[in-house]
Amino acid sequence: MFHMLINISAAIIALSILITLYRVITGPSAPDRVVALDMIGINLISLAAVMSLILNTTAFLEVILLLAILAFIGTVGFSKFIEKGVVIERKRD
Amino acid sequence: MIGVLVLIGALLSLISAIGVIRLPDVYTRLHASTKAATLGVMCILLALFLFFGLVDGYVSARILLAILFVFATAPVGGHLISRAAHNTGVSLWESSTQDDLRKKKTKKDLS
Repeated sequence: MFHMLINISAAIIALSILITLYRVITGPSAPDRVVALDMIGINLISLAAVMSLILNTTAFLEVILLLAILAFIGTVGFSKFIEKGVVIERKRD
Repeated sequence: MIGVLVLIGALLSLISAIGVIRLPDVYTRLHASTKAATLGVMCILLALFLFFGLVDGYVSARILLAILFVFATAPVGGHLISRAAHNTGVSLWESSTQDDLRKKKTKKDLS
C-alpha cells in the first residue's frame, strides 16, 4: 500500500513537471518562463525526496538542500537580469 | 499516514501545474505556482522527515533545514520575479481593473 502510494506520487510529480514544461515552451514573456522554471526546480526537489523514499536511502538529502539553494539563486539572478540588465552591478567610482 | 502525506503533496503540485497552464497572466500564474508548489514540497519533505524519524530512527537536521529554506525563499523569489515583470511592463489581464503600483509610479514621475 505504501509503495503503491509512493509510486503514484512520483508519477503525479513527473506529470506536473511535464505540464509546466508546456508553459516554459509557450510562455509569452520572459518572466513566464522564469516562473515555470522556478516551479520545475521546486518539483525536482520533491521528486528527489520521493526517490529517496522509494530507494529507502538517506544519501540524497544533500541533493534536496542543494537543489533548493540553486533554484533560489537562479531565480534571483534571472529577475535581476530582467529588471536591470545586469546581474552583478559595478562599483561606482 | 506518511504515504497519504506524500500523495497530498504530489496532488498539490499537480494543482499548481494546472494553475500555471490555465491562468491568464504572469501574476496569477505566480499566485498559483509559488503558494501551491511550496506547500506541496513542504508536505513531501515533512513526510520524508517522519519516515526516516519513525521507521529508521534517523533524525535528520538537513530535511528540517530544507523545509525552513524552501519556506523562507520561495515567496521572496516570487516577489522578485513579479516586481521585475511589473517594472519591465508586462501587462495585466485585460479584465483586471485596479493597478495601484502603476498609479503610484506615474504620480511619482509627475511630481
